[in-house]
Amino acid sequence: MSMRIGVVTFPGSLDDRDAQRAVRLAGAEPVALWHADADLHGVDAVILPGGFSYGDYLRCGAIARFSAVMDSVIKAAGDGLPVLGICNGFQILCEAHLLPGALTRNEHLHFRNRDQWLRVESTSTAWTAGFQAGQEILIPVKNGEGCYVADRRTLDELEGSGRIVARYVRGNPNGSQRDIAAVRNEAGNVVGIMPHPEHAVEALTGPSVDGLGFFTSVLAHLGAHA
Amino acid sequence: MARVVVDVMLKPEILDPQGQAVAGALPQLGIGNVRSVRIGKHIEIEFDGEADLDRAREIADKLLANPVIEDFTLRVEELEEADQ
Repeated sequence: MSMRIGVVTFPGSLDDRDAQRAVRLAGAEPVALWHADADLHGVDAVILPGGFSYGDYLRCGAIARFSAVMDSVIKAAGDGLPVLGICNGFQILCEAHLLPGALTRNEHLHFRNRDQWLRVESTSTAWTAGFQAGQEILIPVKNGEGCYVADRRTLDELEGSGRIVARYVRGNPNGSQRDIAAVRNEAGNVVGIMPHPEHAVEALTGPSVDGLGFFTSVLAHLGAHA
Repeated sequence: MARVVVDVMLKPEILDPQGQAVAGALPQLGIGNVRSVRIGKHIEIEFDGEADLDRAREIADKLLANPVIEDFTLRVEELEEADQ
């Protein structure tokens, strides 16, 4: 039986279909989840996709964090359910306090949309176990509020405990502190990433197929823990 | 009806590129003596009946401000008769 991976659609989500497609290309069954439905429909993992949930009103992710589905996601994440937040999804995970820190306005104020090199630094997560530590990957970044900030103690703790999952290399697109592109929770089941692995899963439409590794990693993780 | 005003500001150590952009535009207005500009949010909450400061604080703490990057202050605003 193939793994079932839920992709949440909030009002204003943009990349839910691309995330579903990435799940399918990785060999799993995508399951559409709805922001107002607290039922996770028995999925094996959840992806919070990119976009502008609730119009990014107040702060990016601030209102989505209180949606019915997020109550269930927060509880399930505590029990080890793999959760990947991409871009706006990363912002929602920070607002939900599943991940430390916050994403703020890009330092230079410009929206950045380009193919971006990252270095994968933590492979002890449900979503990156298929990469080599230190591997450089190329996936698109597109954000206006992707500048990762946290206080120095939190940043030191993230570095000390290997919780920085990926850093920007060959140029930081948004001013993120310590070039942080992705972080994980202590257990490694929850990962937030600013760039978009779901846009780099096919040669026709992406700059590489490096993004597929996030989706195949979680399938291997689920297979090993089944 | 009663109104509680919540002001949300980025913590001093958090960079405010919006404020910097506004400050950067001021010389074009012929203004040269502004050291810095910081931008926050001003939120007015109107309650039925008495101002409920505890509930307003809960709203501010849980939703209006992100404690990682922002601080907030709140105060009850007296309403003029005409506003009622």
